[in-house]
Amino acid sequence: MTDISATAPLDPARLPFEPLMQRNAVISEAPWVRRTLIGVAILFLAGFLLLPLLSVFAAALGKGLGAYFASFNSADTQSAIRLTLIAAGIAVPANLVFGLCAAWAITKFEFRGKQFLITLIDLPFSVSPVVAGLIYILIFGAQGWAGPWFSAHDIKVVFAVPGIVLATIFVTFPFIARELIPLMQELGTDDEQAALSLGASGWQTFWHVTLPNVKWGLLYGVLLCNARAMGEFGAVSVVSGHIRGLTNTMPLHIEILYNDYQFVPAFAVASLLALLALVTLAAKSVLEWRFADQLAATRRH
Amino acid sequence: MLFAGQVGAAQLLNASYDVARGFYKDLNPAFIADWKKHGGADLSIDQSHGGSSKQARSVIDGLEADVVTMNNPLDIDAIAKAGLLPADWQKRLPNNSSPSWSAILFIVRKGNPKGIKDWDDLVKSGVQVIVPNPKTSGNGRYSYLAAWQYARSKTGGSDDTAIAFEKKLFGNVPVLDTGGRGATTTFAQRGIGDVLLTFENEVGLIRDEFGADKFEIVVPSLTVRADNPIALVDKVAAKKGTTPIAQAYLQFHYTKAAQEIFAKNGLRPIDAAVLKAHAADFPALNLFDVEQAFGGWSKAQADHFADGGSFDKIIANAHP
Repeated sequence: MTDISATAPLDPARLPFEPLMQRNAVISEAPWVRRTLIGVAILFLAGFLLLPLLSVFAAALGKGLGAYFASFNSADTQSAIRLTLIAAGIAVPANLVFGLCAAWAITKFEFRGKQFLITLIDLPFSVSPVVAGLIYILIFGAQGWAGPWFSAHDIKVVFAVPGIVLATIFVTFPFIARELIPLMQELGTDDEQAALSLGASGWQTFWHVTLPNVKWGLLYGVLLCNARAMGEFGAVSVVSGHIRGLTNTMPLHIEILYNDYQFVPAFAVASLLALLALVTLAAKSVLEWRFADQLAATRRH
Repeated sequence: MLFAGQVGAAQLLNASYDVARGFYKDLNPAFIADWKKHGGADLSIDQSHGGSSKQARSVIDGLEADVVTMNNPLDIDAIAKAGLLPADWQKRLPNNSSPSWSAILFIVRKGNPKGIKDWDDLVKSGVQVIVPNPKTSGNGRYSYLAAWQYARSKTGGSDDTAIAFEKKLFGNVPVLDTGGRGATTTFAQRGIGDVLLTFENEVGLIRDEFGADKFEIVVPSLTVRADNPIALVDKVAAKKGTTPIAQAYLQFHYTKAAQEIFAKNGLRPIDAAVLKAHAADFPALNLFDVEQAFGGWSKAQADHFADGGSFDKIIANAHP
């Protein structure tokens, strides 16, 4: 293990932090300034984040618990939930493998085009999701360059499940790699070199040295990746075809229900997505609280 | 599990416009029952709904719809241009392949507080009009053409006065939604605007969903007939081997039973007897036709809605 305490801001021996912070006049503001700032921040968050979130649940439960749970009985809703789980279930593992490979390659080796690879990984962050969807229409659509071949072989890509999975993979591409790269850069290659010099194989080094070192950062990336995979709207909307019961994911289905004036079911499905977000946040907080040191490197970017 | 419906039973996909959802929820089970009664094999019909032009685009890009059911012929023409169905598709079924039609009406808030009775009231200052974008929705296009036709049929009216009229009208539009449903939500759910321009069938739906006592219908002195054409997408159906079922499905739209379902959903049936039976739901209208008044849809599209058309010029000046 790298000596993590060396990179921590304060030596643990100088604990406790709190009294030290309060006595230090240089880094502390007048009490009223502090209270005002904290108050403004909390009011802002409550107004712009908490209130809208609560209103989703309020609208979902507007006609009682019975109506809320009845919303999930519809076959189309269930198929939307199923499709979302399938898409995330394929996209997240795919990006997990890719993210690990990319981070490994970028941080452990020197090679030409490395900077280009890093830029490419960031591409989905900078490209609008609509463009991400259109890319696949341009390739696999009936007028696209690969579309006619696939069509001739009776393989449906766009306006079917494979297109939705592809679009989801595209937009969630960077999450895991971006989480791992700074962390692995921080850790360096010392541990791996030690393992290799002691006779470990490449695979053993990865499995017993690298992976345990990055596991919490990896989990954190998976959580973020999963949240986005389930919530993606734009790119998936372009390639979906919106066939009820077949190619609608949860976010698309919410829009359809809303436009069909089915407000309770729409918000009920929305609340399910919101719950997922809350669980993700809770898991993320636990991770941050429990493994702050190992995640510290990733929070710097 | 996910693909359960695709095995064994024949499967039709109907790519349709935004507000036809309620109608096909009723029509599809009726057709399936009828199909089976006449010895047809097991069948399921999937629906895809969206803005009419967006749906046409998806079919062109490879959405494998056996049939398309739209709210204006232009979008089916676009599919024909892509080679998926013949250019003379309108001749293949009765009444130019349109088994039903609707018209643009006004819907106002209870008591009609702004006293809106006709097109002239929409261009008064202080009146907010909700209408979807004519570039992206059939609904918006019909509303635009109806306003145009009204302005130029007035005494002393011409294409020039029509342009001035449209400028004033779109100057009164606070939100330009991309589709009919979005416009309805803006007006009825979010409470924006004094009057909504929309299809007659949407009017009934709004009253059902948001309460009949909250809104009133205003029938203007002149409005536009909006045919709802349907067509087989030959190439897709041939590839999937569903041509006979798809054709039967389209023909079913013209049966008495289907015409009744149209009427029940606020769409005007072409069957005179059925229309008469529902006369109370369908007030008499003074109508014009896009084919006659504007020299066909292709011409109307090129003159008004294509890039650089009259709408582009109007919207550039409408909001100072």
